[in-house]
Amino acid sequence: MRTYSWEEEIPAHQVLAPDGSVVGEWPESLDDERLRSFYRWMVFARRFDQRALTLHRQGRLGTYAPFSGQEAAQIGSFAALEKTDWVFPSYREVAGMMYHGLPPEMALLFSKGHPDAGKVPAELNMLPGKIVIAAQILHAVGAAWACKQRGEDRVASAFFGDGATSQGDFHEALNFAAVFRVPAVFFCQNNQFAISVPVTRQMATPTVAQKAVAYGIEGIRVDGNDVVAVYAAMCRAVARARAGGGPTLVEAVTYRQGPHTTADDPRRYRDPQVHQTWVEALDPIRRLRLCLERRGAWDEAAESAWIREADERIAAAVERAESYPAPDAAEVLFGHVYAEPTPALAAQRAGFLAEQAEGGANGWPGAR
Amino acid sequence: MAGRTMIQAIQDAIATALARDPRVMVLGEDVGKNGGVFRATEGLQERFGEGRVIDTPLAESGIVGTAVGLALAGMRPIDEIQFLGFIYETMDQLASQAARIRFRTQGRCTVPLVVRAPFGGGVRTPELHSDSLEALFLHTPGLKVVMPSNPYDAKGLLLAAVEDPDPVLVLEPMRLYRLGRMEVPDGFYTVPIGPARLAREGEDVTIVAWGPTVPIALEAAEAAAAEGVSCEVLDLRTVSPFDAAALTQSVEKTGRAVVVHEAVRSGGVGAEVLAAIHDGAFYSLLAPVERVTGFDTPYPPPAVEDLWLPTPARVLAAVRRVMQA
Repeated sequence: MRTYSWEEEIPAHQVLAPDGSVVGEWPESLDDERLRSFYRWMVFARRFDQRALTLHRQGRLGTYAPFSGQEAAQIGSFAALEKTDWVFPSYREVAGMMYHGLPPEMALLFSKGHPDAGKVPAELNMLPGKIVIAAQILHAVGAAWACKQRGEDRVASAFFGDGATSQGDFHEALNFAAVFRVPAVFFCQNNQFAISVPVTRQMATPTVAQKAVAYGIEGIRVDGNDVVAVYAAMCRAVARARAGGGPTLVEAVTYRQGPHTTADDPRRYRDPQVHQTWVEALDPIRRLRLCLERRGAWDEAAESAWIREADERIAAAVERAESYPAPDAAEVLFGHVYAEPTPALAAQRAGFLAEQAEGGANGWPGAR
Repeated sequence: MAGRTMIQAIQDAIATALARDPRVMVLGEDVGKNGGVFRATEGLQERFGEGRVIDTPLAESGIVGTAVGLALAGMRPIDEIQFLGFIYETMDQLASQAARIRFRTQGRCTVPLVVRAPFGGGVRTPELHSDSLEALFLHTPGLKVVMPSNPYDAKGLLLAAVEDPDPVLVLEPMRLYRLGRMEVPDGFYTVPIGPARLAREGEDVTIVAWGPTVPIALEAAEAAAAEGVSCEVLDLRTVSPFDAAALTQSVEKTGRAVVVHEAVRSGGVGAEVLAAIHDGAFYSLLAPVERVTGFDTPYPPPAVEDLWLPTPARVLAAVRRVMQA
């Protein structure tokens, strides 16, 4: 009897070693200027993330899902996309989404609970970060299918974490994409934890990438803290999709340095020594800085200028988010349930407005 | 015009949609080569090609989830979920995704998606093939739900659903698929989503029904007429959003109402109909409103289903009760 099992341990593709030395094939299209722009974006993203956590502690921002530690995975992957491509992110893709064109104040509005955060700029084919885990992977397959159907030169990308690979929608999406050979790219940031549950409890396979094999598509495992390797892997996947070669599953092995969201304490579930290694020796920004230093493309003065520039951009975004007009409640509530309001919604809107005119829901005498 | 069964009218509607709009695609299990388990897509793959009438893998969430992506990206997918009982597999994609993307993006992104599903009892099916689940979707803002009771409405409502900018569930009563023929126009026409249809005019009692219970209500009305009771039968046609104005108008006239649905009683659409009568016609009521429904149990096995389903006799008994109150 012949049986099948998988024993090969796929090493994660690497171009930059943690000390910044080049140990893999350099992507042709990547010059120092582009590399420096990746670095500046990663520095910006890290400082944005830190600022957002501070704003949360100050009570100026609601629940926020930090991405620190995943900057290389996000900037490297989004950098391989065209602005016309479809993007279906999860809620932890804020660094990549800002790189793609989401104004930073929109990311802050999302965590402030402002409804306009859902209005991703109309010139982008990007959806807001999905809250339900893995649902967006199927949407990417559908959008990719539409591109194929209409002969458009576009791909659709789905971004998700290791936890999403346990959901049925992940498996259905990979299978549909494979069967219909649509131009989709599946980018998984394996950041080691789904809230508190380690990836070893999500799956019994050593990698996410190998799951591609079962669906008959290509899988790539890449060092997610190596922005050059991530960029190279994503370029390959995107080019393949665009050329009609079908979907690819890319696993970026990375680490979430902070909590799942501002609502949990990761010290309860992570190993302090492992954590230490990830945040110091394996930090993605440090690695790229060391690489740039080796290439003579980094110095202290430039670093200071980039940090200053990032902080100014962030301050301006905070200012815009905090002075953003309050939502028109009636329009937010009743204006976008259907294209045309139903009779019931129209009546409820009128009732709501009348109640507001009389002093609002708290307008009973005792509240005054 | 041609005499068509409901299933033929539905097939004709899908063919009409495919022919008039290149964005329309049909996705489902066995909808291609096999033409659908009920033949709703008979001959359509042959006519429109494998790129537009697509046999998908056996995965309901995948069928709806990919169609959400197709719709977001400008296509007009028509999904077939083989039986409504299997729609639980798609609940996240329908209720949390398709129904909410317009709201979540404050109108920036929309999901013009049609999901068709056969349902309803009395045809001796295995478990989960007969359940009436419309109440779940009346309770889901952002979705519309239509439930035709005859071939003309089935075609017109399905074509209206394809034109609609929002996701629409088209729930098709299997028992009525081949129960008689009706003149159905060729080509394109729509039956608007929302308005109820007056299926029979009457003076004493309003019987409210939709989908598979409409013929039952009409049969009961006929029997009541023989006893001298004049029943009005209101076919809701659209369950979400339903036509509360037509309901109120009818009950204001009759002062009595009986609601008939196959779905389980508690939390059923019937309860919402009662609430609408209470809101709109309370002072016209001459008797408490009666409900004739399935029991609060899972849909039963075929050997006992006839004892579970609403029947003309049960409706007639309810009519007598409201007349005696």
